[in-house]
Amino acid sequence: MQNAIVGKPILETHDLTRKYGEFVAVDHLNIAVAAGEIFALLGPNGAGKTTAIKMLTTLLPATSGDATIAGFSITHDPSNVRASIGYVPQLISVDGTLTGYENLLLFAKLYGLPRVERKTRIAESLEFMGLTEAAHKSVHDYSGGMIRRLEIAQSMMHRPALLFLDEPTVGLDPIARNLVWEHIVELQKTFGTTILLTTHLMEEADELCDRVAFLSRGKLSVVGTPQELKNSLGDPNATLEDVFIHYATESLDADTRSTYRTIKQTRNMAARIG
Amino acid sequence: MIRFFQKTFVIAEFEIIKIFRDPTEILTRAVQPALWLLVFGQVFVRIRITGAVNYLDFMSPGILAQSTLFVSIFYGIAIIWERDLGLTHKFLATPTPRAALVLGKALSAGVRCIPLAAIVYLLALLLGVQMNGSPFALLGVLLMVILGSVVFSTFSLIIACLVKTRERFMGVGQLMTMPLFFASNAIYPLALMPPWLQAISKVNPLSYMIDALRELMTGIPGPFGLSLDFLVLFLCSMGLLALGSVLYKRVIT
Repeated sequence: MQNAIVGKPILETHDLTRKYGEFVAVDHLNIAVAAGEIFALLGPNGAGKTTAIKMLTTLLPATSGDATIAGFSITHDPSNVRASIGYVPQLISVDGTLTGYENLLLFAKLYGLPRVERKTRIAESLEFMGLTEAAHKSVHDYSGGMIRRLEIAQSMMHRPALLFLDEPTVGLDPIARNLVWEHIVELQKTFGTTILLTTHLMEEADELCDRVAFLSRGKLSVVGTPQELKNSLGDPNATLEDVFIHYATESLDADTRSTYRTIKQTRNMAARIG
Repeated sequence: MIRFFQKTFVIAEFEIIKIFRDPTEILTRAVQPALWLLVFGQVFVRIRITGAVNYLDFMSPGILAQSTLFVSIFYGIAIIWERDLGLTHKFLATPTPRAALVLGKALSAGVRCIPLAAIVYLLALLLGVQMNGSPFALLGVLLMVILGSVVFSTFSLIIACLVKTRERFMGVGQLMTMPLFFASNAIYPLALMPPWLQAISKVNPLSYMIDALRELMTGIPGPFGLSLDFLVLFLCSMGLLALGSVLYKRVIT
């Protein structure tokens, strides 16, 4: 169970830290993610997963420490980092007033895809995510699963080296969820995209991730393949959920960073796409 | 530099697609200026506070500026709405310059005000206001309306980034519109104001916007002059855009 990785790292963090006043949301985080793997950040609410992702996607400055993505520093070279990543936030990131096609066109232009390539890239992305037929429908009429697939399509058009998915299956029914997961795996296989995601569903993480890291109170508790982590508990029937409980040191009410507003947002979003 | 403007126009382009997808908003926005011109104006035209100048001629440009202000000053609510959805997070994680995001949105607020200008022109014509129809004057009005809404919508975006919630924003928005409107030369001339109000009015960008619109639309010369008017609005927009670009990312924290 080492933090060491096989192959070239696409992401490395070096004592990455974020404080809010006295509260340390992410505490000297050191992880490395190899090119081409599916890697999950796991842990209880308030463990620092979303804060870590916000720093890595350059939305939030680090208090101290640094990270490199595709060789670019998040603190010194944020605009090259932004060009190298795709990001699907936990909340909704496509515009309901526009059609699926228009949402993709907007981001194709923002990522500066050359005019001649735009049409084929958009068509490919729609095809890949199974949205070709719904392309010219308003996103208001999409189901939750379709919205998520459109968001992923939107984030991969510029072929990012690293794709961040923050709770990609939250609020989805099992059928929609499986479909989203199939597409994520397909994405990694076809384009070799490295994927870093967060989820609360341990079964999913177990089945689909190459490696997982558990965070607790902003600190890295343990990292390894799901099999290694289960074996480490010494119980042959251990599940990843048992690993989760084993490493979660938070008390139930310690979730103070999830303010009323963020809870409201998450629930609204689940209601909207569910 | 070219890339910056490309990105700006991409943001504006899609905002504009959204505006015209649901034109009911534009129509409901037209009710307020219509009331001012058709009710308020019809009464005040009888007291001749503008001397030899017809009051409706005087007030029409003021009402155009006022509707631009009212539409733009609530633009920040859209910024908070996009933040609540998650769109802002996504925009900020793309390699788009922050200033291009802010300017693109501000320009779209300007486009939102163009149909209003058309409606005010139409109403004013129906009321017999003598208006300058030269292409130069019309272009000048168009430019000033866009510049004015860039100023007020960026100001609104800055407020949104500072207060962060819809409830607080609505409160602050209400608090600002009427003072900005009353402390301007929209419905009464500068010369009629008590000195303290004149002083406030002279640092209010809305006064300069109205001064320019009045001269361009009806040929009534104002106290400031066109070049000063455009200079003030341009400098205000640059200053606010710079501040807005720095503050924009704060809306998500």
